[in-house]
This record gives sequence, C-alpha cells and structure tokens, in this order.
Amino acid sequence: MSEENSLYNPIVMDHFLNPRNMGDLDDADGIGEVGAAACGDIMKISLKIDDNGRISDAKFKTFGCGSAIASSSMATELVKGKTIEEALQLSNKNVVDALGGLPPVKIHCSVLAEEAIKAALDDYLKRHPEMASRVAAAEAAKEKKA
Amino acid sequence: MKRNVYLDCQSSTPVLPEVYEAMLPWFKEYYGNASALHELGVRSRKALNQSRERFAAAIGAERPEDIVFTSCGTEANNLAIKGSVYALEDKGRHIVTTVAEHPSVENSIAFLEKHGFRATRVKVDRFGRVNPADVEAAIEKDTVLIATHYANHDIGTIQPVEEIGEIAERCHIQFFVDCNFSAGWLPLNVNRMKAGLVSLSPHRFYGPKGVGVLWKARRSRLISIINGGIQEENRRSGTENVPAIVGGGVAVERASAEFSARTAHVAELQSRLWNGIRSRIDCVCLNGAPLGENRHPCNLNVSAEFIEGEGQLLLCNASGIAVSSGSSCVSRNLKYSSVLSAIGLDETLAQGNLIFSVGKDNTSEEIDYVIESYAGIVERLRGMSPVWDDYRKGVIQSKISQD
Ligand code: FES
Repeated sequence: MSEENSLYNPIVMDHFLNPRNMGDLDDADGIGEVGAAACGDIMKISLKIDDNGRISDAKFKTFGCGSAIASSSMATELVKGKTIEEALQLSNKNVVDALGGLPPVKIHCSVLAEEAIKAALDDYLKRHPEMASRVAAAEAAKEKKA
Repeated sequence: MKRNVYLDCQSSTPVLPEVYEAMLPWFKEYYGNASALHELGVRSRKALNQSRERFAAAIGAERPEDIVFTSCGTEANNLAIKGSVYALEDKGRHIVTTVAEHPSVENSIAFLEKHGFRATRVKVDRFGRVNPADVEAAIEKDTVLIATHYANHDIGTIQPVEEIGEIAERCHIQFFVDCNFSAGWLPLNVNRMKAGLVSLSPHRFYGPKGVGVLWKARRSRLISIINGGIQEENRRSGTENVPAIVGGGVAVERASAEFSARTAHVAELQSRLWNGIRSRIDCVCLNGAPLGENRHPCNLNVSAEFIEGEGQLLLCNASGIAVSSGSSCVSRNLKYSSVLSAIGLDETLAQGNLIFSVGKDNTSEEIDYVIESYAGIVERLRGMSPVWDDYRKGVIQSKISQD
C-alpha cells in the first residue's frame, strides 16, 4: 500500500498497524470503558497509577475503526508518565495533533479516546478519595490563579 | 512477496484488453460529434448504433433504438425513475419500491417525495428478498411506477423480478428494474422480466466507466431529465461519450459470449471463499441469500462478530487485498448500510461487515491466500477488542443464530 494512496497519514497508519500499549493490565488501578454514540464503538483503557499519582502504565482495548485504534494507541502513549492532574487535561485535540491529523469524519474517534482516559481516571479517583481531594485542590488553586 | 488480490468487482472491473483496443481510435482519430452531419459525425453515429445493437441483443430486446446511453448507471436510474414519473404525472403520483434499493434509486425517489410524489417502500425478508405479494398490496389507485432491482448491490440477493413483472403487467404499471449490479452476471431478458425499463452499468462487467445504459420498452413513457439538444432521440441530451459507448458494446458482447464460463468460475470461487472463511473463523455470518440460485455469484457479504469493518478493510488492504465494507465507520454519515438494516441485521454485526466480490480473473490460489490472510486479520482485531474478551469470558453471547 503506497502512502499517498492511503486513507490515513503515515503516523495514524503506524499506530493502527503497530498499536502501542494494546492489552489489559491485570492489576489496573483505574479502568474506563466508553462507547461512542456516533457509530457504536467501544474503547477500554486500563491505567496503573503509582502512589504519587503518576501514571506508570496504560493499556487499551478497542472495538472500532482504524482511527479509533490509532487514537487509543496514541492516547495511552501520551498519558504514560503523566500525573493524574496532567492526564486529566488531555484533550482529543492533543491526540489528533500527535497523530498528525485525522479526517474530519473521524474526529469523534479521538473524542472516544479522551473520554476513555477520563473514565479510567475517574474510576481511579473513586477508588482513591485522598487523591481525589488532591486533584480537586489543585483544580481550585488553578481556578483562583486564572 | 507483496500480493495484489482484487475482490471488489462489484465496485468496478478493469476493461478487457479488446475493449481498450476498440475504444482507442475513438479518442484521437474518430472524434466527431455523433450529432454532426459530416463524415466523422456519421462514423460516430454508426458506432453508437452498433453498440445499441450489441446491448439490445444481450438483453433480449428487439429494437436497438430503445437503448439510451447515459453517463453512468446512476444517471440511467435517475432517468428511469424521474423520467417515468414526470412523464406519467397526469396518471398519478405514487411509486412502489423496496427498502433495499441502491442510493441512486432510493435517493431519486426521496427527491420526488420532496416534490409532491408519494412512495411506498416494500419490506424485504431477512435474506433481503421481496415478496411479490407485498408489492401487489402496496399498489394504489394512482401508482405509476414500480421500481426495484434484480440483484442487490450490497448483499447480492436476487429479487423475483419476473413475478413482480407479471403483477406490473396485470396492473398496467410501468416497471423499472435496476440491473446495474446484475448485467453481465445473471441471465437478463427484458421480456421475461416484463420490464418497461432496465438499467445497465458496463464498468461492472469489464467495460469502461463513463457510460450507463437505459433500455426503454416502446410502450414505456419517459421524458428527458437532462435538457439540451436532441441527442439519444430526445431522451438524453448531451454529447455521447463515443469511446465509452463503443467499449461498453464490446464488453457486453464478450459478457454474453463468456457468460457460462464466467459465472461458473465466480460461483466456484464464491463458495470456496465462504467455505474457507466459515471453517477457519468462529462467529462469522453470511448476509443475504444463501449461495445458489437466489444470490449473485460474485458477491460474498459477511460479518465477523466483535470487530469492526474498517479495521478489517485496512488490514486486508495492507495484505494487498481490495474489499469493501458497509460498516458505519466506513461511511461518511456514520450510518451502516441501509440494506443491512433492511434485513434486520443486528447493529454490531453490521459494524463488522465486509464485502468480497470476486471476478472472472481471480484464481482459487488467490482465494486461498485471502482465506488465510483474513483469518489472521480477524484474529488480530479480536485480540484488540474488549467485546471479544467479554464473549470469551461468557459475559455476552454471540448474536449469530446457529441455523
Ligand atoms: S470508531 Fe466508528 S468511525 Fe471511528
């Protein structure tokens, strides 16, 4: 398949054909599973989060199109090593930019990735109220500054 | 070694070498406008008429002058539907069609509905087949057109067009049969179908793109929907695409001559492919009619459960295999194929849809390669699918009925 005749750009194709972080985490600290209303696809993200609130590992499983798979792959790459506060800032636009762009009809697949990451973080924060208050405090501090 | 296996013959086919050769002189040497009165013009006109004869012969039509050339199958369908309904406006404003039509039929009718016409869309069964009794029941006092297809563009199901034709004849209603996906591959006789209008698409049987064909029975009423000069006896204005029409004529002649060999060959590959797929892969289903007399011999429309179609298509492409899919993720409007919803296919199965269509040049060795590759592709995508995990753990059940 020649690149110029491909539906997606080379970065997207690379993440689709060689997805990073595909799989599950047995001892996940947070799991998020979301479905896209637009086309009925499903994305699941598992996170390992250390005591300092830093994401040490991230994995995905996705039932969806090439963009959805590439978006999950990229999203897990982007949040690995980030703190919860940082990861909560991840937007679908960050994912799209890191992928070098997606066709307009495929933007919602990157939204799915953002939502799955947020859902996994929410799941973790529910299980760890102490961390939830730290995040809330950080949010409040930031709002004050702004 | 990088393979290239083309299994998308219902989208388009390459032109035959003899079609290509026949077209060439009409680009540079004989470029006259077929309406012109000089020698080059007359030469082009004769070539068009020779093609008319070839098309008429191939579909069992008596009069070559009843063949109208358009720019494509979609235009032929638009002309057949809008041209009939506007011509018959004084008689009524109602159309009977089905829920499983090609967009060129469905959207032409939807357009007419916005302009004061009415339509009834007859349902199809789970194989995509229309019951002629339902067509009869849908007829109203002011029905002027019955429009349906011979073989379905998506799932390959063959409609009982002869029975529908009988009803149309009995009720004196103009009957249009969209044969864009069946011409060249299914026995096609306008008289047996009792059709009043039939459309053909030469690029689906090794002719060129840029030409469509509409056959119109002498008795049928039709007005032009493209307004301009008096080309095609006033039925379709616009300069005729002479090279494509010449090429199409050669293609249709070859299709008739090779009909038995081609259809036997593709039917064998079709069953080899389906048998291979279902023996190698769990949780796959065939959409449309069972293989055999009620199904187009090229078409294999399948769904692999727990995965999505675009990913399958992309991985097939990466293995050099060209296919299509009716999954919502593949379509621009994020809706899955309307034919799959018409047959009541579960949404998640529609999502995992893949369409293979074999052609006369495919080999059994290619089919074996596709079976191997496809089994690997399904396994790979299922390995990424959270839904497959749920199925494996017994959290959810397969939606494919085991009958
Ligand atoms: S997941 Fe359906 S379009 Fe991307």
